[in-house]
Amino acid sequence: MDKPLNQKAWLFVLPVLLIVAFSALIPLMTVVNYSVQDTFGNNQFFWNGIGWYIDLLDPTTDLGGRFLDALWRNLLFSAIILAIEVPLGIAVALSMPRDGWRVAATLVVLALPMLIPWNVVGTIWQIFAREDIGLLGYVVNRLGIPYNYTADTLSAWITIVVMDVWHWTSLVALLCYAGLRSIPDAFYQAARIDGASRWAVFMNIQLPKMNRVLLIAVLLRFMDSFMIYTEPFVVTGGGPGNSTTFVSIDLVKLALGQFDLGKAAAMSIVYNLIILAICWVFYTVMTRLDARRG
Amino acid sequence: MDHFAWMAWTWPTAAFFAGIAVALATMTVLAVRRPETPRHGILGLDTTRGDRLFLSLLGSAFIHLGWLGLVGPDLTVASILSLLYAAAVFRWV
Repeated sequence: MDKPLNQKAWLFVLPVLLIVAFSALIPLMTVVNYSVQDTFGNNQFFWNGIGWYIDLLDPTTDLGGRFLDALWRNLLFSAIILAIEVPLGIAVALSMPRDGWRVAATLVVLALPMLIPWNVVGTIWQIFAREDIGLLGYVVNRLGIPYNYTADTLSAWITIVVMDVWHWTSLVALLCYAGLRSIPDAFYQAARIDGASRWAVFMNIQLPKMNRVLLIAVLLRFMDSFMIYTEPFVVTGGGPGNSTTFVSIDLVKLALGQFDLGKAAAMSIVYNLIILAICWVFYTVMTRLDARRG
Repeated sequence: MDHFAWMAWTWPTAAFFAGIAVALATMTVLAVRRPETPRHGILGLDTTRGDRLFLSLLGSAFIHLGWLGLVGPDLTVASILSLLYAAAVFRWV
């Protein structure tokens, strides 16, 4: 702690900074510029100051109402996704084989959903869940359970949650598995000698060792689910009504559908700040827990 | 300047980004000239000057947004609060 940090190494990062400037910083600055202006097309912009932000933060306006609704949907979706995928991913990782040919086979099977492009995942589930020709939708309806994701809000939510769990639980499982593989056998032998229960082994050996990878898993899944666009757009298109319209879907509707670049830019700036703040809180809390456990 | 027309620059936004660029440049010069060790602040976190700048900027953005949403469109008080908040972050966090 007493040795000063050598910051000169940052100079070697300059090439990356240049690439980031073109891929992220310049677009971000442009979005900030758009957010304080209005446009009627043809690259003509008119100064609007903080007008869009005032609308955005006022739930009684059209813009503010739809933003807050979409934001709550997003937060709910991310909370459900994390509550299901993290414990399920840990459970899958714990039940995976530790050696032999079955390891490679399991890894390939688990990696398969992640290799499928997002719009293809959406298309697969859109067809799979249809009540007329889809295997899932048809069977569920035949069992007497009303299920129609195009007309019923609950069905639409169940479809996109199950789709996301199918698509991304393996990411959590693979990360946890990597954490579990790093535990030396001596730890398990010591636990056996002490007569530790399965639960005690999990709480005192496996979970602390998975802490770092779980931090990455939670951050990745939160960010991905909070910024989700393609899959729900392909499956439900944001419907029925607006019941699965998340912020990213609403942004595209605003920016590309209505060509309201100013409103969409203000919305994306606030959206971006929320993501940044939540990720910082996640990261800080989990690294502190990590440091406390040593 | 025509090459940058698509970015729709305005003087206020240009001044805003120039301010952030100056802050980052100052931090870089400080980091080279006066290397530091991370400090353990009141939040229980080890923070460097860069971390404190990040927290100040992010917090200031939320102070302005909160003021806009809860109080009104005059942001003078929000800006003063942000400066006080930034000073507190650099002093104690």
